[in-house]
Amino acid sequence: MKKPAIASRYYGVFVLAAVIAILPLFLPNNFYFDVAINGGIAAIVCVGLNLLIGYAGQISLGHAGFFALGAYSSAILTDTYGWPPLMSLGAGLLAVAVLAFVIARPILRLRGHYLAMATLGMGIIISIVLNQEVNLTGGPDGMPVPSFSMFGREINSELAWFWIVGGSLIISVWLALNLIDSAVGRALRAVHGSEIAARTAGIDTTRYKILIFVVSAVMAAYAGSLFAHYTGFLTPSEAGFFRSIEFVTMVVLGGMASVFGSVIGAAILTALPQFLTIFHDYEHVMFGLVMMLTMIFMPKGLLPSLRNRIYKRSA
Amino acid sequence: MSLLELKGLSKSFGGVHAVQDLEYSVERGKVHSIIGPNGAGKTTLFNMVTGVYAPTSGTVHFAAQDITGLPAHTLTALGISRSFQNLQIFFNMTVMENILVGRHLHCRRGFVQSLLHTPAIVRSDESARLRAAELLQWVGLEAYISAHADSLPYGALKRMEIARALASEPRILLLDEPAAGLNSKETREIDELIQQISNSGVTVILVEHDMRLVMGVSDHILVMDQGQKLAEGTAREIRENPDVITAYLGTGASQD
Amino acid sequence: MGSEFLQFLLSGITVGAIYALVGLGFSIIYNASHVINFAQGEFVMIGGMGTVFIASAGVPLPIAMAGAVLLAVLIGVCLQKLAIERAREASVVTIIIITIGASIFLRGLAGILWDRDFHSLPAFSGEQPIHLWGAVIVPQSLWILAVTVAVALALFLFFNRTMIGKAMLGTAHNPLAAKLVGINTNNILILSFVLAATLGAVGGILIAPMAPTHYQVGIMLGLKGFSAAIVGGLGSGPGAMVGGLLVGVAEALAAGYISSNYKDVVAFVIILLVLFFMPAGLFGKRSSERV
Repeated sequence: MKKPAIASRYYGVFVLAAVIAILPLFLPNNFYFDVAINGGIAAIVCVGLNLLIGYAGQISLGHAGFFALGAYSSAILTDTYGWPPLMSLGAGLLAVAVLAFVIARPILRLRGHYLAMATLGMGIIISIVLNQEVNLTGGPDGMPVPSFSMFGREINSELAWFWIVGGSLIISVWLALNLIDSAVGRALRAVHGSEIAARTAGIDTTRYKILIFVVSAVMAAYAGSLFAHYTGFLTPSEAGFFRSIEFVTMVVLGGMASVFGSVIGAAILTALPQFLTIFHDYEHVMFGLVMMLTMIFMPKGLLPSLRNRIYKRSA
Repeated sequence: MSLLELKGLSKSFGGVHAVQDLEYSVERGKVHSIIGPNGAGKTTLFNMVTGVYAPTSGTVHFAAQDITGLPAHTLTALGISRSFQNLQIFFNMTVMENILVGRHLHCRRGFVQSLLHTPAIVRSDESARLRAAELLQWVGLEAYISAHADSLPYGALKRMEIARALASEPRILLLDEPAAGLNSKETREIDELIQQISNSGVTVILVEHDMRLVMGVSDHILVMDQGQKLAEGTAREIRENPDVITAYLGTGASQD
Repeated sequence: MGSEFLQFLLSGITVGAIYALVGLGFSIIYNASHVINFAQGEFVMIGGMGTVFIASAGVPLPIAMAGAVLLAVLIGVCLQKLAIERAREASVVTIIIITIGASIFLRGLAGILWDRDFHSLPAFSGEQPIHLWGAVIVPQSLWILAVTVAVALALFLFFNRTMIGKAMLGTAHNPLAAKLVGINTNNILILSFVLAATLGAVGGILIAPMAPTHYQVGIMLGLKGFSAAIVGGLGSGPGAMVGGLLVGVAEALAAGYISSNYKDVVAFVIILLVLFFMPAGLFGKRSSERV
């Protein structure tokens, strides 16, 4: 039996960290930084969402709702109430955690198509509320978000945001990898493999499903808060159905049950619309095509399919 | 002294009475079999004892404790473990990971600790892997120790499920048709395995159709038919029981 | 006060009939394949937008309508054959993503090939309001109700009196047994998509004179049709009819008495409530997993 060395265990994280460290040298201007930062923010959401979809085998078509709630909490608390950004971030995460916890139990009793619909409904309700509560959120016209400041220093430059998002991503990936390879992680994957066998193995499957739902919601909210301060302006479309589908497509394209797959999927689907005009002009058509073609021809996603090509499985 | 005690146990699905008013005692440390035609209610019985179904009425006592209607994961913590008639393998994981899931309750499970990969978690996982490797060896699957679950042949999967069930260190092990779909050589291996398990102190209950296996390995047999107890006793008593012969063994005696 | 209530009721029933048609489409496909076709709403969109654009090429309106329905059916069959059939053995998540991808794709395509504006169709028999016990109803509403009832009757006869219809029900209950008695289950699946597409497109055509059609109209109508289907019990025809009426009326009453801003929320709250507390709906069957 092979003993997992630290290097092989965290090999991927090191590569990711190296790429992030070197990337600024290759980004010619602010536009590229912007794409990278947005890609990183999406990647954080996707790593969390993948834990729910790919590993625990559930589905959520409403995660943009949590993303937007994190964004709007930060925005409202800092802009309207003048709270310091870090405190607003914390409060937003707490609020989303509580909401996700309350919704999780009834919603996760559902499976498959029903769960998909319920999460879809949840996401849309959140986006409608954000749209309608004009006094609080500015409604469809949006609201401004003050810039982020930590320990008295304002974060304004693209490079500073790049480090914040990049660092957050590396930490998220590291935590996710640790979780997956632990008893808790195995319990989640067991829920996906066979919920009934998981239960008879001593796993309280309901508790674990709720746990991972809340974790993925909080990660989305965290990314949302970063997004709010970075872009400086929010509209309710961030909670919209299409945003939720974007996140799911990124997870699916990169590879379900593959942490790095989510990073790659997020990177690709953030960059493509920015760099390929055909992708940009026909965004919906392209996204729809990507979703269908991936699921029909490459259902495991990019990374796992590539991995299967390169390494043959041993019997 | 009886480890498992079922009194008046019944389960109905709408109008279908899958199990009716069953009285059954399982003694510690023996191998018990439950036999009966298809539809007799054997798997339903298993499902009630292991918390998959809640009984419609009646009680289940385990080591004198009332466990009626408790959820499956609680019962595993009390020492009840099982394998499934239609294999419930975690095909999305490796063989080792399948066994480790069985060992869940003996692993460190703190959420924050797991996120941070603390030394305590590492130690706990190491010792779990050692025990899992032992179990795999015990059931004869050392060749597959580094394999992925979806590469195993059917016979190996059946044994892997047993190893997974044993990983929780149960006091009582329920095996639902462990020999289903196996040839005679594989069935003999299961026979030996069951005896080894029983010798190690685990009480075994099995549901089986293979009469040779049942008659050879069982200390006590319960015969069910249409959800009710038809007869119980030693292998000899059952073989000679006229009701059983009429209902079940008559046509089956010449089976493989 | 009473006439105000009646007004809300009537407009709720009208739009509820459309939800019922869409919901029937969901149920028929679900019955045949246990798939929830997230692209169902796009059939509605194709019905309305298709008619508008075919008619704008100079085709007489009735033929344009038939053409739009045909187009929806064609797309439905393509969806079934190219996308869903390929992924038959796949997991639920995979199939969900395929149909969502299809709906996004179709919507995007409509926005490009047609346009992104709102369009109306002329009312079938004029717009002279009819006064009914203090409430006002337009002739189009009567058309909607009449066609919906006619469609419901036709489907009832189809499923209960024709061989093909009964074969479809048989396939729904037990695909293996159906195959064993010689029913071509693949064709049944295609037929289910044909029916669902027709129902959706007809709904889209019926509502276009009253509520302008648009390339994105499928999202909301699809989801509200889904809520109608699950209120009644997914897979139940009468359930979809009753569900549609309930959702439509609930929406109209909420818009009238509580807040018209939150009108759209009603259908989604209903979805959540039904899924949480009554997943089998009013007429659906509960099922349990065999271990």
